[in-house]
Amino acid sequence: MTALVIEQIINGLLVGAYYIVLALGLSMIFSLGGVVNLAHGAFYAVGAYFAYEIQKLTGFGGAVVLSPVCVALLGVGIERAFLQRFYREDPMLGLLFTFGLALTIEQSLRLIWGTTGLPFSIPDSLRGTLLVGDFIYSYYRLTVLGVSAVAVLGCWLLLNKTAFGMIVRAGTRDAEMVRALGISLRPALAAVFALGVGLAGLAGVMSGPLAGVQPAMGTEILTPTFVVVVIGGLGSFWGVVVAGLLVGVVRGVTVLFYPPAAEASMYILMILVLLFRPRGLMGERFEKFE
Amino acid sequence: MSAHKSRTRSISPASPASTGRRDAIKKTAAMGAAVVAGSLCFPAIVRAQADTIKIGHLTPRTGFLGQLGQYGLRATTLAIDEVNAAGGIMGRKVDLLAEDSVNPATAVTKAQKLIERDKVACLLGEINSASALAIGEVAGKARIVYINTGANSDALRGSNCNRYMFHVEGCNTMYTKTIGTWQKEQNLIKGAKWYFLTADYAFGHDLYKVSSRFLQENGGVILGNDLVPTNSPDYSAYILKIRNAKPDFVYICLAGVDQTTFLKQYKEYGLSFPLAGGVMDTIPFWAAGIDSLSGHWQSLWYHALTVPQSVAFTKKFIGQFGYPPDNQAWGDYVAAKILTQAIAEAKSTDSLKLVEYFEKGASFDILKARKGTFRKWDHQLLQEMYVVKVKDKAKMKDKWDIFDIVQAVPGTNQDLELIQPTQAENPCKMA
Repeated sequence: MTALVIEQIINGLLVGAYYIVLALGLSMIFSLGGVVNLAHGAFYAVGAYFAYEIQKLTGFGGAVVLSPVCVALLGVGIERAFLQRFYREDPMLGLLFTFGLALTIEQSLRLIWGTTGLPFSIPDSLRGTLLVGDFIYSYYRLTVLGVSAVAVLGCWLLLNKTAFGMIVRAGTRDAEMVRALGISLRPALAAVFALGVGLAGLAGVMSGPLAGVQPAMGTEILTPTFVVVVIGGLGSFWGVVVAGLLVGVVRGVTVLFYPPAAEASMYILMILVLLFRPRGLMGERFEKFE
Repeated sequence: MSAHKSRTRSISPASPASTGRRDAIKKTAAMGAAVVAGSLCFPAIVRAQADTIKIGHLTPRTGFLGQLGQYGLRATTLAIDEVNAAGGIMGRKVDLLAEDSVNPATAVTKAQKLIERDKVACLLGEINSASALAIGEVAGKARIVYINTGANSDALRGSNCNRYMFHVEGCNTMYTKTIGTWQKEQNLIKGAKWYFLTADYAFGHDLYKVSSRFLQENGGVILGNDLVPTNSPDYSAYILKIRNAKPDFVYICLAGVDQTTFLKQYKEYGLSFPLAGGVMDTIPFWAAGIDSLSGHWQSLWYHALTVPQSVAFTKKFIGQFGYPPDNQAWGDYVAAKILTQAIAEAKSTDSLKLVEYFEKGASFDILKARKGTFRKWDHQLLQEMYVVKVKDKAKMKDKWDIFDIVQAVPGTNQDLELIQPTQAENPCKMA
């Protein structure tokens, strides 16, 4: 029995890795711009569709790199054209805009690629499983874990070890003071939005071979992503990382003991966390959100 | 790409209804003009509207069954266009009013709207068993004929049956017994251990009940049954459990996108236990791709069927949309044809006359080798089904060519009742 539980916990960590990539982008966009990006799932879907097309030309490796870049460029375009107008307005407007954007993107996917799912298989080079003792791991999932880890680490370095990161972190705490110091936040806002939706696109690429590519995939993933951000605490980098892993593990263990509650488990976890820590696991006090 | 785009647009949600409406408006205008020229009589417009036969179509076009629903609607439109091109019924055009039923609550609202506001003569469609149940109740109260084209739950034909509801779609027992009869012939059931994954809603529970019953009656052992919430993105935790349970077979009672996701991830882990399932819809299997598929499955209808009418339907569907029809398209197409034939032969849209016509044992061309009739006591369409085998990848003609048809079940000389639930298994008392 212990072995079964350990197996599910490790598997849960693998599943969680991919939630982290999604939730991190959402959290960053909200922290800096104050925009609740309801189109985050839609960008995730776009990432999967782009990857479906790109892998035909370059193979899967190319898709992992190029598709998130394309999604990020699309994101910058939308941010420059529309979203930047909402940063200083009532947050409700940004929320409504991204909600409409999500619907528009999903319907566009239907118009262009059709309503049915597209067959997108695991690339031949990543097929197969690895046996460690009696535990089984698929090479593909281990690759997803590796890519996620690189993405998370890259984001951390960017935010904590670069001048750009310093502006972003300062802007997150006190945008007015940053402006007063003569630093324009506009480029940082655009870059963070691009980075955030690019991460969503990356998660989409990785999930395509696992869960299929279909127009509604973005809507389905959006709620769990929000749950991870809320559990982790707004604005907290490591909070999101811990929450993502926790959600994956709790879900896996629930499947082992009581499968009907598998999807409910993350919500129960959220309720428990919020009861004891209303700002989430590692959420800090943010003047502008209080 | 542009051809594909325009195709998609031509069958976008609003168009079938609006095409129908446009025709009706044109016709109304023409008749109105003629009558005004003749005698300046006002009620002409009212008469012209009453002159079309309105049929309501309800099916989920979004959500986890949305992909199937889109095919269903396309096929219904194709059938109604054929009927209208042939001059309509009794000289009257058929007007198709289509709605997206999304979930049971929306299905009820839209069914009521179609019946009360739009005054449709009959209803057809649906895939979700819970929604079909709700529509069946609304239609039963309003005494309107409703043909279910895609909901499988046995209870719809049993404890929830009603006089005005008919079923073109096969029930869960039919699917289970089709593959079960074949498995029994191959001696795969007796003494074998089965592990179940079951979708956690009406359809899944119902399917688990009938399939586990069939397997146990024939000497199989149920090793475990995990309930899975719909729309699960990840099955790895379940697959690890299956791996540790070491069954002889894995039996899935899943539908729609869930089927696709599971097939892909099961293949990812490369477990050696063969897969079988309580139902098979072609669309999720197409989406999973040939690399993720293996084994033998059951099919209500598959586009490689060589019956001439079936070949003609497939050709026409491909001609119009650019890809072959699936089993849901077949269901909606056949249901629309059955309904229009019934109205034409009963010479009425009166519900009671239609019910009588169906119950009298009228037979219908359902694009299969044998004709179909509705069973009198539960209104299930008696028909043959098929055992299909996943195709050798090297022999595929295109990405839709995923199965070879192995045999019809019941066999050519066997009674169609063979795969049906008996009256004792699924009692139905019609009010």
